Amino acid sequence: MVSRKDFDSPNEPTWCKGCGNYGILNAIKMALAEQGLAPHQVLMVTGIGCGSKIPQYMKVNGFHTIHGRALPVATGARLANHGMKIMCVHGDGDGYGMGLGHMMHAIRRNIGLVDIIQNNRVYGLTKGQYSPTSDVGMRTPTSPEGAIDRAVPPLGLAIAAGATFVARGYPGELPHLAWLIGQALQHDGYALVDVLQPCVTFNRASAYDFYNPRVYRLQETAHDVTNKTAAWEKAYEWGERIPIGIFYRVEGVPTYESQVPTLKAGPLVRQPLQKLRPEQVHALCTELI
Amino acid sequence: MTVNNMTIRIGGAAGNGVESSGAGFCQALGRAGLHVFGLPDYYSRIRGGHNFYSIRISDRPLYSHAEPVHLLLALTAETIPRHRDKVVEGGAIVYDLKQVREPPSAVPGVQFLPLPLSDMAKETAGTELARNTVVLGVAAGLTGLDLSPMESVIRQNFGRRGQKVVDGNLAAADAGYKAGQKYAGDFPFKLRRNPSAPPRMVVSGTEAFSLGALAGGCRFVSAYPMTPGSPVLHWMAAHAAQYGVVTKHTEDEIAAICMAIGAAHMGARALVPTSGGGFSLMVEALGLAAMSETPVVIYNAQRPGPSTGLATRNAQADLLFMLYASQDEFPRFLLAPGTHEQCFVAGWRAFNLAEKYQTPALVLSDHYLAVATRTLEMGAFDFDAVQIERGELLSPAELDALDEEYLRYRLTPSGVSPRALPGHPKAVYVAESNEHDPAGALDEEIENRIAMVEKRQSKLIGMVEEMSGPARYGPAEAETTFVCWGSTYGPLREAVDLLNAEQPGRANMLHFSDLWPLPLEPVTAALASARQRIAVEVNATAQLATLLRSQTGIQMDGAILKYDGRPFTPEYILARVRTDRRASKSLPLDR
Repeated sequence: MVSRKDFDSPNEPTWCKGCGNYGILNAIKMALAEQGLAPHQVLMVTGIGCGSKIPQYMKVNGFHTIHGRALPVATGARLANHGMKIMCVHGDGDGYGMGLGHMMHAIRRNIGLVDIIQNNRVYGLTKGQYSPTSDVGMRTPTSPEGAIDRAVPPLGLAIAAGATFVARGYPGELPHLAWLIGQALQHDGYALVDVLQPCVTFNRASAYDFYNPRVYRLQETAHDVTNKTAAWEKAYEWGERIPIGIFYRVEGVPTYESQVPTLKAGPLVRQPLQKLRPEQVHALCTELI
Repeated sequence: MTVNNMTIRIGGAAGNGVESSGAGFCQALGRAGLHVFGLPDYYSRIRGGHNFYSIRISDRPLYSHAEPVHLLLALTAETIPRHRDKVVEGGAIVYDLKQVREPPSAVPGVQFLPLPLSDMAKETAGTELARNTVVLGVAAGLTGLDLSPMESVIRQNFGRRGQKVVDGNLAAADAGYKAGQKYAGDFPFKLRRNPSAPPRMVVSGTEAFSLGALAGGCRFVSAYPMTPGSPVLHWMAAHAAQYGVVTKHTEDEIAAICMAIGAAHMGARALVPTSGGGFSLMVEALGLAAMSETPVVIYNAQRPGPSTGLATRNAQADLLFMLYASQDEFPRFLLAPGTHEQCFVAGWRAFNLAEKYQTPALVLSDHYLAVATRTLEMGAFDFDAVQIERGELLSPAELDALDEEYLRYRLTPSGVSPRALPGHPKAVYVAESNEHDPAGALDEEIENRIAMVEKRQSKLIGMVEEMSGPARYGPAEAETTFVCWGSTYGPLREAVDLLNAEQPGRANMLHFSDLWPLPLEPVTAALASARQRIAVEVNATAQLATLLRSQTGIQMDGAILKYDGRPFTPEYILARVRTDRRASKSLPLDR
């Protein structure tokens, strides 16, 4: 029996008091325990940013990589060992800025991993610059006259690219966020969980006071998660009401790894690593004559 | 009459099948028991332009192409002016009457053979596309080479396109053969089948490296197509399902190396083939591999740059870039095989080095070595010598027995920490890109930083023990010692032979294939004993010479440098030696 406590680490997070990352950390632990996944059965690949330090603050296999590149590292890990559960956890600068191209390709591959984006809509670790999901007009050190770039619509992009699981959560609704991550862990294929992460230091305008009165649960409405058009419309609902929950979900689309001939014999790293047999050497050399 | 010592060159436009027919003819000559060195020369375009394929043929093993051409096969008019100066006295130029409207001006001592190649192709194979088969038939007829090895290659290579195509090409070859025979009496360069020769492989550097990597347990290959690196991905993809390899054509080179790092972290032997431009994109992740101590192998088949440069041409100008790429410092291996045999060894050895020292191993090839084909004896690749050494990799049983906290980056005298693959309950850890303590936890303190830098750097002590000094070719004592690396081995070796044939003791050469870390003792000893040292490199700044001077204090006395996008030839080296005995004209080190 796996419990939340199995994921506890003695390392103290370096996050600010009130940071949404605490809720994300707790929700991940709850979801993993709920799914019966032990720390050694999971690899958490992260990018660079406040939130990407998360594997340091829980007991889990982690790979803290470089900015924007968590997805290809995680994809390689999944292809080498699809017997393990692979999670990517990274921020909006990492996932929707530098790593946005990788996300499109991860989606079209339907590679089997959970992609959690800590979307605080600002750069925290580098001290408050505007991010790919910041509002137009946001004044920051790199946009003193107000940001001109329009915000990336991550859920819309994911649906358009053919994602098979698209969800949004909010740490202010912790059990719901844990449930969402659990659903993503159960999904066979690429699962995006965009998390509205309050940054109480650099983006007070998008903190708890902003989200609390606005968020509502899609699954408490008549929303049909298999209806792509409805999902698309909900993905762009933003303002007085902000939906959270599963926007789109379709099961049965084959994952990339399930279609690679070599992987039909089991995870790559569990297949024997040995010298070529004499008959293999003979065949390889003979084809060159 | 000269027997079994000539170069045949077939030239045409992209789309004329120059490369495939050149490669097929190499195969046929190999089956005829002859040695070949085949080299395609092509532009970065799909149609048009001017491509050619040179096939040097001999009774003895060849290490290089050569400049003199004995038989030029021109599928286009452009082929003649481009290569006529290379055709030797007694040689011949065969051309297609349909392509060459104006009779070419004469070349003294060279006979021109205008033939209706297009019409012959159309009549026999039903398509003018078979002109290349016709003209190779002409070559066989002129040289007196038995047609049967060529027929066996036609049957094999066209077999999947159906019997009609096979029969058409056989008829095309036969028609060409008969036409060639008519002129054979005036053509002094002959090819004679050697029926007693054992079967031999015809191998490119790409194939040699790929075979070595597969033999060494390469199980994951991720790459983005870039000439001339991508043929390794093609070879691996073609063999993946049968030999248990996963290949991934990625969205870009950053994804390629990151996927390899992810796969290597989980325990798969992972390879990233690329060229210099792709490697440029990988540099940040190279540092990630070093910092997280993840073993990956990167293969760079160099081409001239900077930027896009010359996509289908040759250079050896990435040595110092590969050596110093990434911010800050860390140990890495840099291997530069010089021959096809060395490509095979580098293929498996790089994985052992990367895993034993948990750091990146970089292999430098180049366009010339990647595409050139040579005949090799069936036993040329020593598969028995292949070892799969994974270094300090903890087995599941060892992890089961672990009775203390697992420290991924444990401080050890060798700098190498016993490595656990993710998935074991007793070894749950974080691989880190940030500076970290032995457990992998973030740590910015001074003491830890010093300890970790020294841990990583201390791997060099063991790493350098793995490296060999330069290999000498030629007499122990020589007037001039040429110093080279990588693919320059072949042309320089032949140049050394030619010089010593004229004047015994004139030259020898030192070839470096283990470029980093440099084993200073044998390197210094080899360089110090030379009377006159001349660097020979395909770059403009003598990068190996710079490296050797920085590491040993020993300066070259001169350099023969080439940066025209083409590989050295033995003749080019000889000409440079003769026109400038000290070969110091282009030597920046002398200033």
